[in-house]
Amino acid sequence: MKTLESILANHPFFANLKAEYLALVTGCASNVRFEAGQFIHRQDEEADSFYIIREGKVALEICPPGKKAITVQTVSDGEILGWAWLVPPYHWQFDAQAVELTRAIVLDGKCLRNKCGEDHTLGYELLSRLLPIIGQTMEATRLQLLDIYGVQR
Amino acid sequence: MAGQMQPPGVNPMIPQTYRVNKFIRETHDTFSLDVVPKGGTEPMFFQPGQFNMLYAFGVGEVPISISGPKPGTQGMIHTIRDVGVVTRALHHLKKGQTLGLRGPFGSSWPIEESKGQDVVIMAGGIGLAPLRPALYALLEQRDQYGEIVLLYGVRNPEDLLFTKEFETWRGKYGVQVKLTVDTADREWRGNVGVVNTLIQRVTFDPLNTVAMICGPEVMMRFAVSELKRYGVPEQQLYVTLERNLKCAVGFCGHCQFGPAFICKDGAVFRYDKVKPFFGIREI
Repeated sequence: MKTLESILANHPFFANLKAEYLALVTGCASNVRFEAGQFIHRQDEEADSFYIIREGKVALEICPPGKKAITVQTVSDGEILGWAWLVPPYHWQFDAQAVELTRAIVLDGKCLRNKCGEDHTLGYELLSRLLPIIGQTMEATRLQLLDIYGVQR
Repeated sequence: MAGQMQPPGVNPMIPQTYRVNKFIRETHDTFSLDVVPKGGTEPMFFQPGQFNMLYAFGVGEVPISISGPKPGTQGMIHTIRDVGVVTRALHHLKKGQTLGLRGPFGSSWPIEESKGQDVVIMAGGIGLAPLRPALYALLEQRDQYGEIVLLYGVRNPEDLLFTKEFETWRGKYGVQVKLTVDTADREWRGNVGVVNTLIQRVTFDPLNTVAMICGPEVMMRFAVSELKRYGVPEQQLYVTLERNLKCAVGFCGHCQFGPAFICKDGAVFRYDKVKPFFGIREI
């Protein structure tokens, strides 16, 4: 059976992370599973979890008043879900719903924040892995906003 | 890659009369016309990636990429989005009605050059249309290529083209087909996000990969950048460019793009050949 540590070590997000830091991170980790249609978190709820997606697919949704929910992004195998646990006021900005059976490792956000506070090198390691993802997400969002497939007049 | 012009003796400026053999509704604003020469039975030759000038009589002429048919079948299919006066007139054509056609014109996708390599096809919106003949050509000689990947992004699920063919491409030919949309509601079970994000979800050998990209220019810029980040060399990236195509044979100069004319040197270009001009606003 694979240990949490080996699963995390094989996840792209933690690739080549030093063993000592991997051990620290694993101390905040546990396995989770979400059935299709199950909400993982809701907008404005406290963000105290950081999900490492092992397999499956999760939709990030916004629900405008009186309208159907709109999916703005999906994340799946090998990706991560959420960084609100790192940024005050630690509240989720979107609903997250499993589109299909999803297996993930959840890291306790508070635990991780404390460890990053105690060891800034670990904090730097995690941030330098998160920032490119945040940057790519922002770039993707801009492209979506451009509506490039719409009729250009 | 070299452009294949009309047969010798045919004035490329004079449209030939074609008949609509079949009208195919693709999405709410996109349709395909399968056309055959009026009264003619000769087979029509084109290279994947080439385009024709379609003339709606009395209205005007527009450049339209050839999107089919499957190898070994007659006719030429053009997939058209109803966005202007001429395309609207073409939209109203019915089976048996006629239109003018000049072509085929332009360069083609590097089908032969890609043999022995993985092929990544990235399409955005109606950009899948000119890539479909390339996919047909690759699949016709499936064993000559390594991984074949199709990454396709559209605005929303209703805009996906050729959806009935995805399962065949996946199941029969082992194509890695990944679709994504910019936004969707909960009925959609697939990916949501820009097409570039799909690259991480497929397997191919970047150094031994040819990428063929077609879509809005902004999308192609980001696609090129992402493929380069994964290690695909610039000389193995191919893009298509769109400008104001008028004569289609390099006479009028409307489609000049730096030192090239898109109508006769393109519309398919190897990326490193057009890179210096790719991001210049004024071009």
